Amino acid sequence: MNIEIESIMYPVLVLGGLGFVFASGLAYASQKFHVEVDPKITEVRDVLPGANCGACGVPGCDGFARGVVAGELPVDGCPVGGSECAEAVAKIMGVESKGLTKMVAKVICNGDSTKCKENFVYEGIEDCTAAALVRGGSKSCAYGCLGLSTCVRACPFDAIEITEEKIAKIIIEKCTGCKKCVIACPKNVIDMVPYDKYVVVACNNKEPAKVVRPKCSVSCIGCKICVKACPVDAIGFDNNLAIIDYEKCINCFICAKKCPTKAIEGELDRMKEAKSRKKLSS
Amino acid sequence: MSASSIFIILVSSILVNNFVLSRFLGICPFLGVSKQVETAFGMGMAVTFVMALASLMTFMVQHFILIPLGLEYLQTIAFILVIASLVQLVEMIIQKSSPTLYSSLGVFLPLITTNCAVLGLTILNIQMELTMIEAVIHGVGAAIGFSLAIILFAAIREKLEYYNVPEPFKGFPIALIVASFMSLAFLGFTGLV
Repeated sequence: MNIEIESIMYPVLVLGGLGFVFASGLAYASQKFHVEVDPKITEVRDVLPGANCGACGVPGCDGFARGVVAGELPVDGCPVGGSECAEAVAKIMGVESKGLTKMVAKVICNGDSTKCKENFVYEGIEDCTAAALVRGGSKSCAYGCLGLSTCVRACPFDAIEITEEKIAKIIIEKCTGCKKCVIACPKNVIDMVPYDKYVVVACNNKEPAKVVRPKCSVSCIGCKICVKACPVDAIGFDNNLAIIDYEKCINCFICAKKCPTKAIEGELDRMKEAKSRKKLSS
Repeated sequence: MSASSIFIILVSSILVNNFVLSRFLGICPFLGVSKQVETAFGMGMAVTFVMALASLMTFMVQHFILIPLGLEYLQTIAFILVIASLVQLVEMIIQKSSPTLYSSLGVFLPLITTNCAVLGLTILNIQMELTMIEAVIHGVGAAIGFSLAIILFAAIREKLEYYNVPEPFKGFPIALIVASFMSLAFLGFTGLV
């Protein structure tokens, strides 16, 4: 095959030459029009997660870095980066970080299709917000998780899945605490809990036991056994629901064991895992 | 070249063949940066600068490099290269001279690179077989037309904020409707030149 060498050489040379000329022009211009950026902004920007999720309240990590350096935002304002990121930012800014406890999202409902009764069959759009408009959703419990993936779609980190029993589950290892799902959930059934506490009241129903008991087998019935059992008085009661004060909680699991309906969920496996990890690292 | 032909090119590119409203080029910044008259004006100025320079540069690239070497088929990529470099330059200048304008233009400034209005203009310049001066005038005219459209549109959208628009039409839908009416209005200039 006879290929004329010019037909390849010329385009390459022309485009390469043009590119080179423009590039040198731009290089010169970038020197001439150089804008002094506070080096701290770039430094802060580099330690941030870079997901541009907007959980801090400003659009993007660049905006957060600028805000921190300008003193408008707190050094621990990035919920995604957690305490490590906050410390790194604090170090750059020359201030002490208060030690942010890592918070993760948690679906405070265990009433899946096997445990919570349905009022009717919903055949509309596969979306909780849409479903919630139809008499508050098909669940007999007006406070429970509808399991139609609105939070899954809101999560930028793929940390939420819907189980086979149609309830949202948060994969704690993937959760960064950006609160997108908390905002997206029309039922307000996602809450933020500290990462290093392993008991949680997994019920959101504020009705009295008489009303809620026939609907769902895993609801909090307000028996207050946990309140009495707690050795550190960390459990209180409001709106027929137990509330754990995580400042006081010592992860003893007594409440989770005593709870008659298992509405207090204890993640024993996760605690054991965390403990063994700690042992390994020390 | 007579003054009348300059006038004809200007009128035709600003009103009759308005780039946004008649040729439907550059819709992206037209809808994106038209919430405030001030930013729309800044965008218009940036596009004017890029279009005028791009007309000149692409004309030179076409007539002094591509045609003598018989490489007309490289037109698109070579023009994009020219436009991209110019946009970078404009971006640097704006960042230096007006940080507020820079942050309000945001992502739309680098997006001029892929703005079809600029590429469309440069390719039209070649297709219409304009001379160098005519090409630059055509570029300026097109940019003025773009600025006119975007500033008028932004002014209307600013006013729209105060009106009781039906819920389903709030925000973007009503903007699209306004844009279509503006396009219809500009249709009235047909046959002027």
